[in-house]
Amino acid sequence: MRRVTVAMLMLGFGLAALGLESMHARFSEARHDAARAETARLVRDLGLTDLALFTEARYVRHISQADLFTPFQDAPVSFEHFPSGTLVAPPAHLGRHAGALSARPIERNSP
Amino acid sequence: MRRWLSRQAHLIDFTLGALLRRKGRNLMMLAVYTLIIFMLASVTFLGSALRFEAKAALNYAPEVTVQNLIMGRHALSPPDWVKKLSRIRGARNIHGRLWGYFYDQAVGANYTLMVPPPRARDLAVNLGEVIIGHAIADLRKVRQGGYLFLLSPSGKLFKLKVIRILPEDSALLSADLVLISETDYRAFFNLTPEDGYTDIALTVRNSNEIPTVVNKITRILPTARVITREDILRTYENVFSWREGIVLAMLATALVAFAIFAFDKASGLSAEERREIGILKAVGWETSDVIAMKLWEGGLISAFAFIFGAAAAYAHVFLFDASLLAPVLKGWAVLYPDFSLTPVVDRLQLITLAFITIIPFTIATLVPVWKAAITDPDIVMR
Repeated sequence: MRRVTVAMLMLGFGLAALGLESMHARFSEARHDAARAETARLVRDLGLTDLALFTEARYVRHISQADLFTPFQDAPVSFEHFPSGTLVAPPAHLGRHAGALSARPIERNSP
Repeated sequence: MRRWLSRQAHLIDFTLGALLRRKGRNLMMLAVYTLIIFMLASVTFLGSALRFEAKAALNYAPEVTVQNLIMGRHALSPPDWVKKLSRIRGARNIHGRLWGYFYDQAVGANYTLMVPPPRARDLAVNLGEVIIGHAIADLRKVRQGGYLFLLSPSGKLFKLKVIRILPEDSALLSADLVLISETDYRAFFNLTPEDGYTDIALTVRNSNEIPTVVNKITRILPTARVITREDILRTYENVFSWREGIVLAMLATALVAFAIFAFDKASGLSAEERREIGILKAVGWETSDVIAMKLWEGGLISAFAFIFGAAAAYAHVFLFDASLLAPVLKGWAVLYPDFSLTPVVDRLQLITLAFITIIPFTIATLVPVWKAAITDPDIVMR
C-alpha cells in the first residue's frame, strides 16, 4: 500500500473518531437534559447558589458568596492556601485586570 | 484536476518518505505536538462544559441574596432584616436562609449543612431526619433508612435518620449537602432564633427592577452586601476561563514548549535537509514544488496532531470524566462530586486553538525551506 493511502486512512480514522464523538454528544443530550432538569429543580427549591465542585475550603465551596477578603484569607498578601483557589478569577474589586468573581464591592464601606 | 491530485499524492508520498527517514525525531515531535493539543483541548472542553452546567443550573439561583458584613466578614443577618426587606416594594418571597459548614472529623470532609426552605415540600425534613448528598452517602457508607451520626462543634452527638439521598445526577450541586430541620440546625450550631439567619434570599416581581431593589436594600441596610443572580452567573463565567491561574500556567507552559519546537524548526534546516533540497532542485524540482512538499509536511503533522489530540481530549473529558484533571479540581478535598458533564464543545475556542497551533507551526516549517529553495542548488549542497 502506498504511503499516501496509509496516511489518508489514518487521518480518515481520526476524523471518523471525531464524527463519532459528535454523534455521542448529540445522543447523550436527552439523558443530560433529564439530569439538568432534576438539578435545576433542586437549585430552585433549595435556593442553591454554587456548584459543589470544590469542597476543600469554605470560600471555594461558595465562591459567589465568599466575603470580599477571600483571596487574602486572614492576612493581606498572604498566599492562596488551597489548590482550587487557583482555578477561579480574583474578585473584580481587586483591580481592573481581575475577573468578576465577586459581587459588586461596597464602596461606601471603604475607608 | 486528476493530474493535480496525482501530483499531490506523489508529493505526499515523497514527504512521508522524507519524514520516515528521520523517524525518531519526527515521531517524538508528533507525540509532543499531539500532547500539547490534548492538554489545551481538555482544559477548554472541561471549562466550557462546567460553565454550561453552572449556567443551566444557577439560572434558578435566588434572584437576590442579602448578607450581613461585620468588619469585612460575612456575619449572621439579624431576624428583623426580614421584616425590613418585606417593606421594599417589588421584593417577594423573602426568607432567612440557614446554611453553614461542618468539618466531619470522622472522615476529614467538609459538609454544607442547610435547612430546606418551606417552599421545598419534596425536601421537607422533620426533627431527627436528614437528606444527604450522594457523595456523603458514599463516603459514610449510609443508605436510605440508615442513620448518620454527626458530632456537633460543641461536642454533642446527633443521630439523624437518612430519609433520602439526593440523586447522583445532581451531584455537581448537591454532593456535600446535609439537609436538616431548623430545630436540629440551631441545636447543632448552638444558635438561637434571635441570632438570625446565614443570609436572606428574595425574589423580585419584575426582573427589570432588580437594580432598583438592590439600591433600596443598600439604603435600608447599610452593612448589607447584596449578591444578585447575575453576579453568581458572572462568577461561574470566570471559572476555568482562559485567564485564570492553572489554566494560564498550563497554557503558558504548553505554548513555551511549542514555541521552542517552532523556533527549532524556524532557526534553520539541518545540513541533511539542506542537501536534500539542493539535490531536489538539481534534479529539476521547482521552488514551488519544494515549498509544496514542505507545506504538506507541516500540514500533515499539524492535522494528525490536532485531530488525534482533540479526539483524545473529548474522550478524556466526556467519556472518562476528565480523570486526569480531576486531581487538580479535587485539590485537598475529601468529598468530590461524581458527575458526568454534558458534552459541550465551544467551537470558537477549538478554532482558536487550531489557529494558535497549526498556523505558526506550518509557517515555521516553510520559512527556512523557502530560504533554502530560492538559493542556488550548488551553494545549498556545498
